[in-house]
Amino acid sequence: MNAAPAPAASAASVTLIALEAVKKSYNIGKPSEAEVLHGLDLRVQAGEFIALMGPSGSGKSTLLNILGLLEPLTSGSYLLQGEPVQGLNDAALTLRRRRTLGFVFQFHHLLPAFSALENVTLPALMAEGRVSSVQLERARSLLDAVGLARALDKRPGELSGGMQQRVAIARALVMEPALVLADEPTGNLDTASSDEVFALLRRIHAERGTSFIVVTHDPRLGARCDRKVELVDGRIAQDGPVAAEGAGAAVGAAGTSGLDASESQK
Amino acid sequence: MHLWPGFELRVALRFLREGRMQTLLIIVGVAAGVAVIAYISALITGLQSNTLAKTLGAQAHITLQAPDDRVTPAAAPMPGASVLTDTQPRAQRARSVANWQALLPLLEALPNVAGVSPMVSGAGLALRGEAVQSIALMGVELERYDRMVGLRGKVVAGVARLAPGEAIVGRELAQDLGVRVGDRLAVQTSTSNESLRVTALVDLGVKDLNRRTVIVPLRAAQNLLALPGGATDLDITLHDVWVAQQMAQALRTQFPYQVESWQENNAQLVSALNAQSVSTSIIRAVVLAVVVLGIASVLVVSVVQKGREIGILRAMGATRGQVLRLFLVQGAVVGAVGSVLGLLLAVALIWAFTHFVRGSDGLPLFNIHLPLGVAVRVALIATVCGVLAAIAPARRAAQLDPAQAIRI
Repeated sequence: MNAAPAPAASAASVTLIALEAVKKSYNIGKPSEAEVLHGLDLRVQAGEFIALMGPSGSGKSTLLNILGLLEPLTSGSYLLQGEPVQGLNDAALTLRRRRTLGFVFQFHHLLPAFSALENVTLPALMAEGRVSSVQLERARSLLDAVGLARALDKRPGELSGGMQQRVAIARALVMEPALVLADEPTGNLDTASSDEVFALLRRIHAERGTSFIVVTHDPRLGARCDRKVELVDGRIAQDGPVAAEGAGAAVGAAGTSGLDASESQK
Repeated sequence: MHLWPGFELRVALRFLREGRMQTLLIIVGVAAGVAVIAYISALITGLQSNTLAKTLGAQAHITLQAPDDRVTPAAAPMPGASVLTDTQPRAQRARSVANWQALLPLLEALPNVAGVSPMVSGAGLALRGEAVQSIALMGVELERYDRMVGLRGKVVAGVARLAPGEAIVGRELAQDLGVRVGDRLAVQTSTSNESLRVTALVDLGVKDLNRRTVIVPLRAAQNLLALPGGATDLDITLHDVWVAQQMAQALRTQFPYQVESWQENNAQLVSALNAQSVSTSIIRAVVLAVVVLGIASVLVVSVVQKGREIGILRAMGATRGQVLRLFLVQGAVVGAVGSVLGLLLAVALIWAFTHFVRGSDGLPLFNIHLPLGVAVRVALIATVCGVLAAIAPARRAAQLDPAQAIRI
């Protein structure tokens, strides 16, 4: 596990995501037609930890859905790991998503009828029709890694919000995705749980080299990421490393700069 | 891609278990429907085969007779001449089927023929002391006749045997004449008479027949009815009674005889049976439709309830096909489980019917049972209907936009 940072560092030069002039409109051809994204350019290298910030309605969730292959883009180009995704049919997109992406949602969205362990093994089950012993072991160790070794057989209803979100994180990682997309992963949690979950994401990033794009409202958490992309009205208003920015433009001046500095020092 | 639908099956079962009340209600609904269908099928099959057995047990499936005598029309009158005609219908005398001995092996070789029995039948009187009864005289070869109507099974006293000079008589006739097994009775016809020893009494199931029937050896009847070497009827029995009509038609075109199937002789029975079958089919179809609608409505609700979970599954990498199959499997499981419970219920109903519903004589009206083949077919149809019912909800689930479903 400690060997992970090395590959992460060497993979840093690999382009994971390349968006060019991406536009997204809803209700095309109707009177209510609205363009939500107005030509975005974004490159993400493997191993990055990015905060996607911006006010409500700025298009964060839409962008995340596009990146997650859950919604098609209206125009522009999107290369995922160097391969274009436009024009792929639903089945092909689903298979790409399965292979390369993990999701963590705001309301954890576990399946209530399944235990924690079963929830985590679901992606493996749907990929192969059965859960191999290797995958089962991986799911166990992931739940162990997120501190839930004792809650394997608990149903989501028996777990706290923070615990549920940690199960969701384990589930996002079970297929060993290159990129995890997290939509307000701590939006539904109190401060303590929120810090805990965020720290967990950072640790996984450090240990496994998985790339993260985290949508968040919380500037405190934004400051704990490596790079910050800020959307305003469907355009990228700001994009840069957190440390430099935090020192200069006082964006993260919410009294967390100490923590921020220690975190991004690494 | 994989072939084993482990994901669909696991998640489908879990979804069903999660929706306890809903699932329970719809399974009970399916079970009730399956029970009704299975029970009614068994009941009607039992009723019909019982009716058929009673009707056909004592008669041939196809009867072949000599053609009726016809009046030969007078020659056409000369042009210009006027003729008054008065055509009198011919009196039909007993006539033999021409060349029946040669015909017998021919008929027996036909497919589906179980047996052929020659018979000489005619009217006569049975006399004993001062008692006189009009009788239907039947001359048969006992072995062949027994094979056709199971005569030996209908013997109530004595042993069925037809050596020369012996006779088997109906139970009521024996009562009327006061004869017992071993006694003699005199049989008289318009041309001859003979004294016969009674070897057995039979119950043919219909009192009227029992009161008139005297069965004698073929040769005796030939003598009594003045048809030496003849046979008035050839009775044919079939393995499958329902081809009788077709076969009679074929025989009519092939031979110059009068051929009648049992359906033609029992037209009312046949139409009653048909009406029964049609109404049974209608009831079954309606019940199936209700079952399908019930399953479909429950699954539609389930799709709406689980919209977000479906979205999550899609985001995690479930294909549209998997989501589709996930709901089809639910339909199939509901259909299959409902079928099993329904069949058990049907068996219980049938048991209750045979134990509690009795005729005036205290015996069960008739025996009904659920053949395994019918049970399996009903279960299969119900399961297929479950899948069919799930198609619309499943397509709806598969078409859900994951991005939207998650946002809800």
